[in-house]
Amino acid sequence: MSDAAVLDALAGLALFSDLERPQLQAVAHTLAEEAIPAGQRVLRQGFSGSGFFIILEGEVAVHVDGHEVATLGKGDFFGEISLLLGEPPVADVLATTEVRALHLAGPDLKAFLLAYPAVMFRMLQAVSRRLDRANRRS
Amino acid sequence: MIGPSGVASVPFPPGEYDVVVVGSGPGALQAAYYLSRLGIDHAVISADPAPGGMFRQFPFFQRLLSWTKPHAGPPHDSREYERYDFNSLVAFEVENRAIMPALMDGSSEFPSRAEMEAGLVEFVRRTGLRIRFDTHWEGTTRQGDRFVLHTPAGEYRTRVPIFSVGAAQPLLPDDIPGIEHASHYVDTRDAASYAGTRLFIMGKANSAFELASGLLQWASPIILASPRPAQLSVNLHSLGGVRARYVQPWEDAALGGGVFILDAAVERLERHAGGIAVHTRRTDTLDPFVAEVDEVIAATGFTAPLLDLPALGVTTFGRSGFPSMTNSYESASVPGIFFAGTITQGVAGLKKYGIPANSGAVHGYRYNGRIAVDEIAARYFGIVRARREVAPEDVIERLLTSASTAPELWHQKSYLAYALSRDPDGAIREDGIVSLAAYVDSDGPDGVAITVETDDQGHIRPAVYVRRRGRVDADALLDESPLTEYRTPQHRAQLGALVADVLG
Repeated sequence: MSDAAVLDALAGLALFSDLERPQLQAVAHTLAEEAIPAGQRVLRQGFSGSGFFIILEGEVAVHVDGHEVATLGKGDFFGEISLLLGEPPVADVLATTEVRALHLAGPDLKAFLLAYPAVMFRMLQAVSRRLDRANRRS
Repeated sequence: MIGPSGVASVPFPPGEYDVVVVGSGPGALQAAYYLSRLGIDHAVISADPAPGGMFRQFPFFQRLLSWTKPHAGPPHDSREYERYDFNSLVAFEVENRAIMPALMDGSSEFPSRAEMEAGLVEFVRRTGLRIRFDTHWEGTTRQGDRFVLHTPAGEYRTRVPIFSVGAAQPLLPDDIPGIEHASHYVDTRDAASYAGTRLFIMGKANSAFELASGLLQWASPIILASPRPAQLSVNLHSLGGVRARYVQPWEDAALGGGVFILDAAVERLERHAGGIAVHTRRTDTLDPFVAEVDEVIAATGFTAPLLDLPALGVTTFGRSGFPSMTNSYESASVPGIFFAGTITQGVAGLKKYGIPANSGAVHGYRYNGRIAVDEIAARYFGIVRARREVAPEDVIERLLTSASTAPELWHQKSYLAYALSRDPDGAIREDGIVSLAAYVDSDGPDGVAITVETDDQGHIRPAVYVRRRGRVDADALLDESPLTEYRTPQHRAQLGALVADVLG
């Protein structure tokens, strides 16, 4: 993927939509792109040392104790809850197709969000939407 | 052409082979070695005129980053010694092990580039590997279940190609106007030719700091800039950070000696009569900054030269264009195409706390190659590694000995593991060295895999993954040990409690 395409992909994600171009470039150099084959876990329930992921391409399924509870696709992110709580993930996230995702090391998430408050605000909005949906279902 | 021994000196004429290895760098040599020892028919073709891969050219400033310690404790012909020798290829025969320490002149634990190149040539000679040099892979087509590799010498046909073509193709940013005024890292000249040059280096990874180190006494000022802050390997616990060998410019910058390290994105380059104006915006303050310099070097990375493989369906990712791969280093999108060498860094593994494997370097990928070749051997040729039975009373010691001494675990922390399983007949047998990600994500028999990992405090600890009823529910880290020796009563007790129900 070319540098221009990487920046365009980042700029197209809601999470980064408030950042200026040099900031997007810094983000592009901070997040590592990973490719996960279909069938492999991206996040593993109960394992220490997990990270934060943003999906660029492909789909994942979220499983809790073996039961699928959600699917996620392009632009969605996951892994933040366990990192913010300082606990191992309570769900497996399984690649159901080949997935390209951006990865941020768990220990770097706090500094990353503090460096880019606009990203933190966007993340808070997304998490609030999830909570709202869950509340309406219950 | 017939050589003095009566053997054709140009081996592997075009034709059909069970496996074809492309490349003659360390990754290709290691893969070819494993194939040869399993007796799998194969050809090795390389565009180069001699073994060595990137070490025939790089690093510029002539010493490697990774060490070979001639006086580390274990005997040179033992597997344990491999932990202290990052640069030799590995062999089953004791006489072919630890080639590097014997070749080095003793002036440094970091081999010179020439010593490394000589070591690879010597590995080829001793192990009897054959390579067809000056044979350039130019393209690939498919015919049924065969891949056809096109070369000027003719076509090589195989069901299983292994591409070990490195990642040394220069990569320049494609979104910076005036980038043509920069030269790439690969075009760096003799250090003395930079005397008195005002130099701007784009990048703050190892290649950028290598240049800054080598040019420290010649160029001034030296400005290194990239959008994100530089990071040190000792802080990241990873080769991904700036290596200790190249920290001198950082100290210079900290002390105000003429090196400057900026967090800035380059927006454009403009050449004028007095040199080059590098227009940047700082990523910390968003302020514009213009550097007036004589030369700009882009230490902006490399790509893997996969030629037309993407057109064949091989999916790639990231700036470096690595192929998407399985845990056996097979293309995730085109089964049958395998990769070896530094390209295998595209398989992330568990990457706990963000710490990557060492698959980009010889001491990491020399072990990945065996995983790939074992998979090829089992699937295509029915050759399955014998699994030795382990007596129940030996289980704990076997696991802790691996955690304390197995070089695969120490060079590929949290990535490769040593595993034991309980077979349907009730016996416990060795699975040997396995991909940890494959182990924890597959639903095999009850068993245990052990590796070593760096925890959230930076301590290296044994990590235990117990598989029960087809699933690994959690990891468990044993206590740290000051000198990384885990064969202690404390560790035996901890591990015993963890595995009692599956291997007890």
